Amino acid sequence: MPADSFLSVRGLTKIFDGRPAIQNVTFSLERGRTLGLVGPSGAGKSTLARCLALFETPTSGEIWLEGRSLCGQMRAGIQLIFQEPASSLNPRFTAAQIVTEPLLIRKLGTTKSRRQRASELMETVGLSRHALPTPALEFSGGERQRLAIARALALEPKLLILDESFAGLDLSVQAQVTTLLLDLQERCGLTYILIAHDLALVWRMAGEIAVMDQGTIVEHAAVAGLLARPQHPLTKAMLDAARALSLAGAPA
Amino acid sequence: MRDLTVDLISVRNIAVPVVSEVSFQVDPGSIVGLFGESGCGKTTLALALLNLLPAPRYRVRGSVQLRNFEVLAATERQLERIRGAEISLVFQDPLLALNPVLRVRDQVAEAMRAHGCQRGLESLFRLVGLPATPRMFDAYPHQLSGGERQRVVIAQALACRPALVIADEPFTALDAVRVVELSSLFRELREKLQISFLLISHSPGVLARTADQVLIMQAGRIVERGTPRQVFGKGTAHAR
Amino acid sequence: MRYIARRLLHGLLLLVGVSLLSFLFADLAPGDYFSSLRTDPRVSAQTIAALRAQYSLDRPLPVRYAAWVASVLRGDFGYSLAYNSPVGPLLWARVRATLLLTGTATFLAWLIALPLGIWNATARGTWGDSVSKVVLSFLLAIPDLLLAIVFLMLAVETGYFPTGGMVSPGPERVEDVAWHLVLPVAVLVLGMLPTLVRHVRASMAEAIDSPFALSARAQGIPRRRLLFRHLLPAAANPLISLFGFSLGTLLSASLLIEVVMGWPGLGPLFLEAIMARDFALVLAVVMLSASFLVAGNLLADILLYRMDPRIRMK
Repeated sequence: MPADSFLSVRGLTKIFDGRPAIQNVTFSLERGRTLGLVGPSGAGKSTLARCLALFETPTSGEIWLEGRSLCGQMRAGIQLIFQEPASSLNPRFTAAQIVTEPLLIRKLGTTKSRRQRASELMETVGLSRHALPTPALEFSGGERQRLAIARALALEPKLLILDESFAGLDLSVQAQVTTLLLDLQERCGLTYILIAHDLALVWRMAGEIAVMDQGTIVEHAAVAGLLARPQHPLTKAMLDAARALSLAGAPA
Repeated sequence: MRDLTVDLISVRNIAVPVVSEVSFQVDPGSIVGLFGESGCGKTTLALALLNLLPAPRYRVRGSVQLRNFEVLAATERQLERIRGAEISLVFQDPLLALNPVLRVRDQVAEAMRAHGCQRGLESLFRLVGLPATPRMFDAYPHQLSGGERQRVVIAQALACRPALVIADEPFTALDAVRVVELSSLFRELREKLQISFLLISHSPGVLARTADQVLIMQAGRIVERGTPRQVFGKGTAHAR
Repeated sequence: MRYIARRLLHGLLLLVGVSLLSFLFADLAPGDYFSSLRTDPRVSAQTIAALRAQYSLDRPLPVRYAAWVASVLRGDFGYSLAYNSPVGPLLWARVRATLLLTGTATFLAWLIALPLGIWNATARGTWGDSVSKVVLSFLLAIPDLLLAIVFLMLAVETGYFPTGGMVSPGPERVEDVAWHLVLPVAVLVLGMLPTLVRHVRASMAEAIDSPFALSARAQGIPRRRLLFRHLLPAAANPLISLFGFSLGTLLSASLLIEVVMGWPGLGPLFLEAIMARDFALVLAVVMLSASFLVAGNLLADILLYRMDPRIRMK
């Protein structure tokens, strides 16, 4: 029931121009868990993410966070991190400006307290606080993604949605950012929804996986169960593909 | 006769070395993988092979022989003739590589028109796995899905049956199933049409499945080469 | 289609707004046509009041506005007191003259700006581009008025060009009009060029630097074809908007130049009407100019809609 789970989505539908991008999406997620959302491009994963983060208004359906129905003010509770760190950060802004922006917009705290928070956030994501006055374009791809994470954390969200946030990053950088996120999850009890094409990444971070196709969730199960007994043909196809592409013959 | 012989190519971007003394060969009908992290110079290398790096800013030294024709010494007219016809480049982001105001049909046709190849659009589309429907032909790039766009760009590259196709990170935006399909497509094209590929990717899994030989690039140099198993196998520096 | 209908509605609402504001402002200006008569001792105050009443100038503002709207909808723009004639025919001859001037100037300006801008975009960094930039900045800085006066002086000194008017005495001939057109058109074109060239250059430069341009070059598409068949269409958006604006200002761009250089278009007419407080004429000219502006922008919107598939799909 909505009141029980940390996040509960019921019958979420979003129609663009007469065509449904997502249809009747229903699932729940417990606090502190990570849900991996996978599926072919065009399946509606990003649309779902945007609806959850309140960037889009769903055509119908409900979203409950911690037992309360979601509306505009709750946005602080859910934060979205996008794919391209380069385009989601204003390249001329300094790290300090980027990270304190959410606080500034909501007029939280004083200049001093915001600066303090910025230093804390930088350290949380593994960046030096001395890099605060550096403009964003001087950071590397991986560092920019960390900045994006720091910015997302500024409002102390409960749910973090990562939409293809690792796509352009090198493997080593991906590994670092993944470790950081897992660490944060343990320390702060964050809940994640991870949208990714890279199944190996999803296995590593997620406890459960939802497979989307053409706007609906076609399978939703714990990772171990999904791997061992995939039900839906699409899931099987994806697992086969992942195996074909992995070096060791099974997802690492 | 090798399809492509690259000898000691070096590229400098305003005095900063981006590629340093890279040499390799691509044999006819083979798929060579180029693996490296971002910033290692892979894309610059790819552009250099077609002599697409604008002069005063980029200084290119070395030799790029395409079937005994020296690309780096060619005139612009000669280059216009071989680009697309002998050697093609598939760019990294298909949305950016396609002209937003031209229909798909026109863009592919332009590639063919440039070299006077008269091939049926339908057969070309089917070759890359795109539906040969009016909806697809008349579409604009932003109306297609990521996978479809990727195939359009590949269709453009194949339009005039080049001997060598350089593909820069063609798999990044795709999900696993599509990646496998694309990888199979490349292998099929190699079998059926004897097209060679230089495949640039930062995914070892993909290269393992697709390439015969892999070159590892780091900071502008080739630091290792061999079969995928040799290079990515357990115990090596790049094992996942 | 809905897109265009909405734009049309927008335009009409805008025109209504303009008419309201113009009416208001014209009314706020002290005096009316008959004010100057007050200085004449032979005319009594009652006569003036009677004249005002006769031409309905003493009615309250909303009543006058409503009456004006009603007559406009009938096609009647009122009666010009200064020229003692209905406004319509008075405007027609002048509008033709203005359009001849601005039409020629706009056409020539675009004809020069397009190739020049494209050339600049392809030759960025070369001396030709630098010279171009300097010259255009210079032109931008010079006020139209100054140019007009300088040209007039030239005309007077050399005697090559007529110093005013549209025709010389005698039978009307095309060459004669053309000769009179040269100087005013030159002033207008030089005034329009800097902005146009800059925009063309910037748009084309962006297209030339884009990834799809590189991609097309990688396919071996020859330079000329690349430029005109691939890049120009992609660079067209801002230029279409600019073009719409150019069309929209066809009636208003030359008003000042006409007055200074003696071209018998709307400019001198408008000035006289304002000085004489000729309400009907002033309003008519304002509305006509505003309509052109709205129409120009609407045309740009329609063109954009047809030419850019991304806008159509929205």
